[in-house]
Amino acid sequence: MALIIDYDAGNLRSVQRACREVGLAAEITADPDALAHAERIIFPGVGAAGSAMRSITSRGIDQALKEAIARGTPVLGICLGMQISLDRSEENDQQTLGLIPGTVRRFRFDRPELKIPHMGWNEVRVVKPHPLLADIEPGDEFYFVHAYYPDPDRSEDVYAVTDYEIEFACALGRDNYFGMQCHPEKSGRVGLQLLRRFASWDGTC
Amino acid sequence: MLSKRLIACLDVRDGKLAKSVKFVDTRDIGDPVEKARAYYLDGLDELVFYDITASSDRRNIMLDVVEAVAEQVFIPLSVGGGVRSVADATDLRLAGAEKINVNSAAVQRPALIAECANAIGNQNVVLSMDIRRVDVSDACPSGYEIVINGGRTPVGRDALAWALEGERLGAGELVVNAIDADGTRDGYELRLTALLAEAVRIPVIASGGAGRPEHLYDALTAGKADAALVASMVHYGDYKVSELKQYLHDRGVKMRMCW
Repeated sequence: MALIIDYDAGNLRSVQRACREVGLAAEITADPDALAHAERIIFPGVGAAGSAMRSITSRGIDQALKEAIARGTPVLGICLGMQISLDRSEENDQQTLGLIPGTVRRFRFDRPELKIPHMGWNEVRVVKPHPLLADIEPGDEFYFVHAYYPDPDRSEDVYAVTDYEIEFACALGRDNYFGMQCHPEKSGRVGLQLLRRFASWDGTC
Repeated sequence: MLSKRLIACLDVRDGKLAKSVKFVDTRDIGDPVEKARAYYLDGLDELVFYDITASSDRRNIMLDVVEAVAEQVFIPLSVGGGVRSVADATDLRLAGAEKINVNSAAVQRPALIAECANAIGNQNVVLSMDIRRVDVSDACPSGYEIVINGGRTPVGRDALAWALEGERLGAGELVVNAIDADGTRDGYELRLTALLAEAVRIPVIASGGAGRPEHLYDALTAGKADAALVASMVHYGDYKVSELKQYLHDRGVKMRMCW
């Protein structure tokens, strides 16, 4: 059983459906107290860093999430949910949770043919083994939609990278926390495999 | 490197799949949920459902279809047809649609684009444009005009100007549907697609006219499109999704080839 954190940042039911597809029962909750008893937590989200952080702090979810991570609960961040795990974001010049040292930056391209957001399927290249990435093979692609990307300070926190004009970290983590820029719930078979791995992950790597 | 996308569009009427030729003469061609699942398993990158139901209970039928598809198809799902308000958009999103297509209602009331972008995020708002070729005039300097209501009603609006305004209002993507080419299988309107794709910074989906694999190649290269939308080509079994992707891949177009 997993809890999907609801903080008014997008439609969470696609994450819930994908979890169900891989046999992981998942409930959507906005209750910070529920996180204390969660077996595992999914922290999804789309939208802007500023409003997301306001929503999280006003509900006390930031504290509850940090406590759950300290307790060893496996946590999967997706897209904005991953981005706000870093120290700060250029989006709304927002200070964020600080679970992983680093900054979230905006794509800036001189070539007008490079569209923003980075939208579509792109290869996720594993650079450091992780139990959640164990099924990913060269050439496997995930679905991305984002205008900002994570830039973690420490290379040891980076587990996979993606190229979009620049190379950026698309999967990062530390201990029982793992975050992805792409959307496993919308990435077909490879995404479902990752969620299946998360369903039985004990939080070690 | 980002892959180009192959998108299949399913026109749904009364919960059944339909396909039109030049927007008229629609006929039923099967169960949308079954088709969607089959395309997904064959490597489709994205699905679009377009509701062409005329009856007043359309919304509930469509929500059921979207929900049933979202239960078993785990790629981005886009839905359009008759979206007139943020409430329409959020209902479809809850049923399982990622992206919402706005079309005629946005032409009539452009603020709809901004309202939807605020409510569900720019990246989830797709401005779908039905466009026909016209003589160049002061009102239509690009030589392309917007039409609404399923291609029946010209509105005297320049397509290029509308694409730029849509982007400014917060659309995250454009569908460029050339109604002169729609259903003809003679190829996409490449000049139009390239014109719009070069003018905006958001992704552009080429739509209308695909009949042979090289048409897709042309749209994704000369047409400068980020994605190619197909319907008849795959619905009648002439081509498989995987076959089209393999063809494009073999000709050097970056496609997602593992699924």
